[in-house]
Amino acid sequence: MDKQNANEKQYLFDNPKNVKRLLYIVYACCAVLVLLEFVIHRHIYHSWEELFGFYPIYGFVGCVVLVLVAKWMRTFLMRDEDYYDKLESKQHPKPANKKQTEAEQAQGGNDVDA
Amino acid sequence: MWMPELPAFVPFFIGALIALVTTGKVRQAVLLITPVLSGLHLLTVPVGTVLSFSFLNFELEVFEVDKLSLLFGYIFHIAAFICMLFALHVKDTLQQVSGLLYAGSAIGAVFAGDLITLFIFWELLAVTSVFLIWARRTERAYIAGLRYLIIQVLSGVVLLVGIVFYAYKHQSINFEFIGLNDTASWLIFIAFGIKCAFPMLHNWLTDAYPEATPTGTVFLSAFTTKVAVYALARAYPGTELLVYIGVIMACFPIFFAVIENDLRRVLAYSMINQIGFMVVGIGIGTALAVNGAVSHAFNDILFKGLLFMSMGAVLHMTGKIDGSRLGGLYKTMPKTAILCMVGAASISAFPLFSGFVSKSMVMSAALNNGYGWAWLLLLFSAAGVFHHAGIKIPYFAFFAHDSGIRTSEPPKNMLFAMSIAAVLCVAIGVYPQALYSLLPFDTGYNPYDATHVLTQTQLLFFSALAFVWLNLKNMYPPELPSVNLDIDWFYRRLFPAILTPFFSLFWSIDRAVRGVFMRGVNGLLGVISRHEPDGILSRTQLSGSMVIWVSILLAVFLILSFW
Repeated sequence: MDKQNANEKQYLFDNPKNVKRLLYIVYACCAVLVLLEFVIHRHIYHSWEELFGFYPIYGFVGCVVLVLVAKWMRTFLMRDEDYYDKLESKQHPKPANKKQTEAEQAQGGNDVDA
Repeated sequence: MWMPELPAFVPFFIGALIALVTTGKVRQAVLLITPVLSGLHLLTVPVGTVLSFSFLNFELEVFEVDKLSLLFGYIFHIAAFICMLFALHVKDTLQQVSGLLYAGSAIGAVFAGDLITLFIFWELLAVTSVFLIWARRTERAYIAGLRYLIIQVLSGVVLLVGIVFYAYKHQSINFEFIGLNDTASWLIFIAFGIKCAFPMLHNWLTDAYPEATPTGTVFLSAFTTKVAVYALARAYPGTELLVYIGVIMACFPIFFAVIENDLRRVLAYSMINQIGFMVVGIGIGTALAVNGAVSHAFNDILFKGLLFMSMGAVLHMTGKIDGSRLGGLYKTMPKTAILCMVGAASISAFPLFSGFVSKSMVMSAALNNGYGWAWLLLLFSAAGVFHHAGIKIPYFAFFAHDSGIRTSEPPKNMLFAMSIAAVLCVAIGVYPQALYSLLPFDTGYNPYDATHVLTQTQLLFFSALAFVWLNLKNMYPPELPSVNLDIDWFYRRLFPAILTPFFSLFWSIDRAVRGVFMRGVNGLLGVISRHEPDGILSRTQLSGSMVIWVSILLAVFLILSFW
């Protein structure tokens, strides 16, 4: 695969510099958005909103908590990919027709063009 | 054809019939023209149109038009056209005919003026849509389709029982405000709730939708749940229970979405999350909240359709849909990647995209009506949406690590369908007044005030920052080939595990009892059917003994006849 890639043209994010640039843009936007709070007077509807930078903090903390809780949920919810298939194919024996190979699937048209 | 009373589902059913007997280019033309003609016709239908007839003492209103049903009628026509265009390359009679019938059933359901008509289309939705799952023609799709069908038909049966009670009590089958007050209303509520994917009743959606064909899932995502949202908006606005249900729906699926590997299943979870916003809006029940709920349903059909289309295109071209097996596709599918990101921006409610102008109505209504806690949780899930649908879907499919897959852009019709949806998403975001004029209430709401734009952008950018930070710290859960347990574990694992030993015991007892009985019968037959000279039926008998037996029989008859 590497050999193939060597001949291939470079794409936008193959260059780590471009990834860095994108990240800097995100950081800059975040900084500007926080600074804007000094300029724009927010209407307050909920008492929590009075806190300076409530939305940035809530968004950041909310997402970190979301991901960490979801990660913890994996410890008791995650099973093998064929967890149900093993159970259910016993009750429904496989039909005789052949399975597609990976190469065939990669051709596209995988929605059974009859 | 151009009479206002023509029910809007009729063109679709006729179109399906024509599609059944035609092939090739003619059928493709029929598939595309049907929603266009029917939609043009619907534009001429005024509010207040009713087509009714009597049937067994009931006044059936097969076609009743008001502003609420008209809004759903319009979006279902747009969705039907986009879906048909997206699936135009498919040469599968089963999918194309059932697709038209399914869209027609959804349109029939939203224009149903009475509960019996609603019930008929409710069941038709289930029966016509399951073929879009079975059309995948894999074993998994077949079993998942069966589960889907059982649950959907169950919803219809519960609805029917509810309707019978309701009609008996109210002496009316008119489909109007019901409200939670008696058994009948609860049954109807639960029936709507199953199709609306209420928590605990939601698993059919995340189970079956990702197993459908690449094009079938786009159809499925547009209609069934939105019909349920419409039904709730008509029958149960202002039911406080819906606020609690909606908030749970908005929050719990995002956790599953973060760890799910199948990207179309991620979208299915995200769909429950979006419906949660609509259900909260209906539960609050004010003009602004209901407007928010139905306009969010309108927008959700477009942006969720767009996301499902982009993932359908990926599946169609690569044969893979798991985050762990994809990545780097932006190199060969740049147009699809951009269209996907438009959908992602819309569902995340970025300013100038469609989600922004509808989701905020529900949020504002929650604040205005004293549901501060609900607002906080909705805000959390709004950040979470961006995290799993806005970033995760495009990131793991088109960027992330390079999977080495080199493919090409999907067929033109797919790109074209996605482009239409993307243009509509942006158009509604830029010019929301067009959508607002179709809404059932006039509230004069303006989404573009400085506070709202700033706070929403802050929320989203810092969610993005959280994603970046977690990734850089290697704390983001990697995509793993896996299955995550959900409620379906109960009926796919636990119940079979309990019931299988029970039934095997039952069958073994049954087998033993029948064995004893059969041995008795066989023994008796063995005795009777022996043909040797000493066999019971082949012995030579004296004719005199027969005469005696006949006279005994006659004597018994004689004696019995005295009684």
